[in-house]
This record gives sequence, C-alpha cells and structure tokens, in this order.
Amino acid sequence: MADVLEVGAARGDAPPPAAGTARRGASARRTGRLTPYLFLAPYLVLFGVFGLLPILLGVWLSVHQWDFQLPNRPFVGLDNYQELFSSDSAVYGDWWQSVRATAIFTVFSVPLLVVVPLGLALLLNRSFPGRTFFRAIYFAPYVLGVAVIGLLWRFLLDANLGLVNRLLGAVGLPADTPWVTDVPWAWVSLVGVTVWWTSGFNAVIYLAGLQDIPAELYEAAKVDGASAWERFRHVTLPGLRPVLLFVITTTVLASANVFGQSFLITQGAPGTETRTVVWFIVEEGLRDNDAGRAAAMSIVFALMLAVVSIANFRLFRYRED
Amino acid sequence: MMQNDMSRRRLLGLGLGLGAAATLTLAGCGGGDESGPAAGNGGKDYTGPKVDLKLWNGFTGGDGDIFKTLVNQFNSEHQNIAVSIATYQWDDYYNKLPGAASSGNGPDIAVMHMDQLATFAARGVITELDDVAKTLELSEGDFAPTVWQGGLYNNKRYGIPLDMHPLGFYYNKAVMQKAGLDPNKPPTTKDDYTAALTELKKSGVQGFWVSPFQFTGGMTFYSLVHQWGGSVFDAEATKAVFNSDQAVEACTWLVDLIKQGHSPANVGQDADYLAFKSGKNAFNWNGIWQINDLKKSPEIQWGVAPLPQIGSQPAAWANSHNFTIVKQRANDANKVSAAKVFINWLSQHSLDWAKGGQVPARKTVRDSAEFKALTEVNALAPELEYAAFPPAAPGLGEVMTTFYNSFNEAALGKKSPKQALDDGAAKANKQLEDNRKKYGS
Repeated sequence: MADVLEVGAARGDAPPPAAGTARRGASARRTGRLTPYLFLAPYLVLFGVFGLLPILLGVWLSVHQWDFQLPNRPFVGLDNYQELFSSDSAVYGDWWQSVRATAIFTVFSVPLLVVVPLGLALLLNRSFPGRTFFRAIYFAPYVLGVAVIGLLWRFLLDANLGLVNRLLGAVGLPADTPWVTDVPWAWVSLVGVTVWWTSGFNAVIYLAGLQDIPAELYEAAKVDGASAWERFRHVTLPGLRPVLLFVITTTVLASANVFGQSFLITQGAPGTETRTVVWFIVEEGLRDNDAGRAAAMSIVFALMLAVVSIANFRLFRYRED
Repeated sequence: MMQNDMSRRRLLGLGLGLGAAATLTLAGCGGGDESGPAAGNGGKDYTGPKVDLKLWNGFTGGDGDIFKTLVNQFNSEHQNIAVSIATYQWDDYYNKLPGAASSGNGPDIAVMHMDQLATFAARGVITELDDVAKTLELSEGDFAPTVWQGGLYNNKRYGIPLDMHPLGFYYNKAVMQKAGLDPNKPPTTKDDYTAALTELKKSGVQGFWVSPFQFTGGMTFYSLVHQWGGSVFDAEATKAVFNSDQAVEACTWLVDLIKQGHSPANVGQDADYLAFKSGKNAFNWNGIWQINDLKKSPEIQWGVAPLPQIGSQPAAWANSHNFTIVKQRANDANKVSAAKVFINWLSQHSLDWAKGGQVPARKTVRDSAEFKALTEVNALAPELEYAAFPPAAPGLGEVMTTFYNSFNEAALGKKSPKQALDDGAAKANKQLEDNRKKYGS
C-alpha cells in the first residue's frame, strides 16, 4: 500500500489528483456563486416582470400625455406632477380632496383595525365551548367580496329606507341619520363597515402570534405575582411585536388603498368628499384615458405611503433598542 | 420586454393577416364570389365565406334577453354569418373596449351610447359608417335631428342609431288615489304638479323623492335645466353653462321640494325608485328601461307619461344606443361587410327591440300600428320631439360627472344651488380646456 502511494506520489507526469479536485472545486465554486441567484430566480423573474417593470413603465408613462389609443403621446416632462401641486390646474382640487379622503379613512380605520382584532384574538385564544364556531363567525365577513358587502350595507344604511335607521328609531334614537350621504356619518359608515369586514383577517394573524408565545412565560409571570394587565403588557405585547409590525404595515397599506367601499356605499357623496385616491386614479386612467396623469398620481401616492411605512418601521426599531 | 411584446403582437397580427388573406384566396378559388370593395356594399347583403362576428353590448337588464333572441333569429336566417354576444356592465364595457380592440381581442360590432361615440371615434376605436347609412337610405327625417346628428364626428358617421331612451314620468296610481287624486290624470304642468304634491303631503306622503345621484336626480335636473331653457354646455360643447340663471332656478326648484317636505333629505342611490315601488312616494322620474322592471310586479298599480312641463318649455333627458363597427388590427373586409349586414337587419327589426323597453330610432317603426300597441313605451314616444340628448364631444364623460356632482352637492344641502353650480362650471371649463389640448379640437 505504502509503495503504491509513494510511487504514485513520485510520478511527476501523473495528473495530480489535486488538480482534478481543484477544477471540480472551481466549477463547484462557480456554480456555488450562482446557486443563490438560481434559487432566487423564480421570484426575481416574477418580481421583475410584475413588480419592477410596471414601476419603470409607470415612471415612463408619467412623463407623457399618454392615451394608448391616440397616435400622438407627447412627452410632457414633469407637467403631470406639476399639475398636482398647482392650484389652477383641472385636477388639483379633485386630487387633494381624494388625498384628504384617503387620509381621513386611514387615520380612523387603522387604529380600530389594529386594536379591535387584537381584542378579538385575545378572547378567541381562551378556551371556552364553541370557540371554533366563534373564530369562524368573526372571520366570515372577510370571505365576502367588496361588491357584496358594499351593496348590502348601502341598503342597510340608507337614510330613509334602511334597517339601521329603523332599528335606531325603534329604540328612541334619531332615525334620520344620513349614514351614506353626509359627513361625518359617511366616514363612520365606511370605517365601521371596513372594521366589520376585515377585522377577522387581522384577528387570525394575531391568533397565530399569540399561540407562538410560550406558556411558560405566563406561568413565570404569574408566579412572580403579575396581574392580568401586567401579563398582557409585559408578556403578550412584546411577544406580539413582529406580528404587530406586520399587522400595522399591511393595514395602513390596505386602508390607504380603499376604493370599493366608498365607490359602492357612499358613491363619493356628498359631492366628491368621500372619493378616494385609488378611485380617482382609476377614473383618470381608465375612464378619462389619461394614463400619464394617473401614473404620476400613483407615483406620488406610492411615495407618500413609502414615507408612512418607513416611519412605521423606524418607530418599531427604536422601541426595540 | 416591451419590445418583445410588440414584436410578438406584430407577429400575431401578421399571422391573422395571412390567415385572412388565405381565407380570401380560398374563397376566390371557390368561385362565384363577388367580394366587391373592401367595405362591402354597405350592408345590403353578404355572400362571402362564413364569418364569425363578436358583438359586445351592455344590455344587462331584461333588454338583454330580447336582444339575444333577435341575434339568434338573425343567425338562423344567415347561414354564412354567426354572431356571438358578450354582455358587460356599461361602465366596465367602456373601460374594456379600447384595450381589447387594440390587442386584437375586441368585438367586431359594439353597441354604444350616443354620447360615447365622439370619444371612441376620436380615439380611433370605431370606424366610419357613412356607406351603411346610405344603403339603409337613412336620413335625418327618419330620426329626431339630435339623435341623427349625434352619430356624427368631424362630419363622418360612426353610429347607426338603434333606439332612443328618454326619461319618463312614473306615477303610482294607488298612492295617488289614496291622496284623493285622479290616478288616470297625472299632472302635466307645474301648477298641477305642486298641487298634487301638496295633496300627497296632506295624506302623509312625501310625493316626489329627489335623488342627489345621477340616477335619477341628476337626470331629472338635466331635464329641468332644458325645461327652463338652459343647457349644460354651449352649442359647440366648448364651454360649461350649467351655472346660468335658468339652471340655478331649475336646481332651486328641486332643492326647495326637499325643504318643503315633498321629498326627504339624503335620498340614497335607488331609494327613490324602491320607495316608488313600495308606495312610499307617488312620482318618480326614471328611465324608460324601468317599464319592463315594473311589469314584473303586477301588484304595483302604476302609469307612465311624458315628463310634466315644470319650466317654460317641455324637455326630457334622453340617450340613444348606436351600433358601431370596431376597427380591427387585421382588416378583414368580409367581417366588416357582414357586420354591416347585421346592423342593417337589426335596424329593420327594431320593432321587436321596442319590446325591450326602448323607443325604436326609426320613424317608420315608431309610426307602425304594432309599436302603438306597446302602450307604455309608446306613451313616451312624444318626448322625442323635444328630447335633450347629451352633447357629443370627445372626453365629455368626465365633464358630465362634474355636472352631476355639483347637483349632488346642492341636493344634499352642502352648498347653495348657485354656489354648487358656479363651482362645478368653473371646474368643468378647466376640464374642457384639458380635453381641447388632448384631442386637439
């Protein structure tokens, strides 16, 4: 054995086995370098085609007066953006009114959509008979489409014919509240309906988060004499932090994208006070065929949301420090 | 990616073109085929090879079934033309059509409202139809002048009118009777109308619910603006004039009905019509298309008449469905001439269409005894003498929305009629200027 080895090692012309290994190693390293990208590729391709490309196209559209049916689509530079900020343009008033509408809706709906589902999840996390049934019940509205809940609530909330006012009247409360045609009632309706509609979804996410918090922590806290509130404050909330960040971020974005509810329930009334940004963008782009202007609005709106999201992430990071 | 997409499209287009050419050649080989000029013979007949035509419409109501029956009848009478229908909600439909047409997935024939023609013509979605009008021997005399003019854009014809659908005056006979009014004598003048509302109020009924939304309050207001002698735009549709004294007066009259308790405040979408059906109010100004819906509920005793004259002259909102031929990427002459045959045939059969709750566009059909037998629809035919059609200019849709939104603000008491209409007109004028820049007219 030893001889063979010696001979092998002494033979100068023999192909050094190490070299072969090195070659193989190099190619492995090369493919190795590619490996992460290959694994990423399926997502990268999808992201490129459906994420990045549309964004770039959007930027391209936004500097043109773009109607895809018209032969001339002149380059207009930053005109589409400028219009949004100059008070004498045709869209200035409508645009800022829609931003205002979206802001009002988001400011009032997000806290409720963060807190109410958390309460629901805490209740549904306890063990009591019929728990699964209630979990299903609270999630149920979420499976309905916006068209269904929109029509349903428009008729329920009708000022003169609706069930809501009828019931309020029956218990001696004012029976002529204009739930869908006047502010602030329209906002109460829109926020209320949205909370009823989507709370179940956030509650399910909280529920999953709650079940991830180890029971030992609660036991330890109990042994230390922590009250229910203290357990919630010092065990539950810190345990839910990543879930909270997720819920808040997605809820802010979902609320800022509100469209169907106001389109169907209030139809923008009174006037255009409840017409939201996304609705207005759709009108400009698809009904009035001005894709350039709609793209400029989308980009400005996306930047606004980016700022909100960054603030949101920062807030949570600092708390962690 | 964009580049690839484009070239793929071009390739597809080329393929379609080649296919069409092959079909033509084959047809030529078959012999005995006089294809004639590219555009056919204006819809007289079609003798080419069998073609499939796609037709899009927005007839989602009861009228859709009647339309389908008509198309089936056409298909069985024409062995070499097969028309298939797709129906969408009008809003979706108008959004979808341009994209579908430019990607080659659009229909061959599209039904369109009169006020949309100019927009779609300017955007190159639909094609000229002057020769069809000539073959059908249609002229202004056969139609209300506005509806005939409405099919024109830059002096070329783009739409062949199928029907006209005005706003009508529906009255609930049972409610009128309860208030001591003669249910067979609906009010026709302003004095009659307000007197009737006063009687109704005495019997505890808010007689005429003023809806703040386009359907139906906006269209009611539109009719009244014209009854007062005003209009929404000037004659060339270059300037918004719906803040004129006449329009403000008309708006005030409607808003005052709410203040005087003849209508509740904050009427919701459709609430006016639902209340009418359930006997909570007596009068509703609504489209002719509701006739078929009301006929489904035999327990409601109702009648329909031309709008009462509240202002200084009679006027009523109206619109019209038109046939158009969609421009194709692959220009298939056979399809175009077959489409024209279809339009011709359906125009001649528009009496059956009247059963769908629309007034036929053709005067000869309107004057026929069979049409007169359709009591309710026929009751609204006189309105066509003075019907006020929405003006036709490209991009006017958004400006009309501004008009309806100003009325919404006034009817909901957010602004005084004058303030609401002044604000609206100012915005509308900016939008009109925008359109001029865009469409270059």
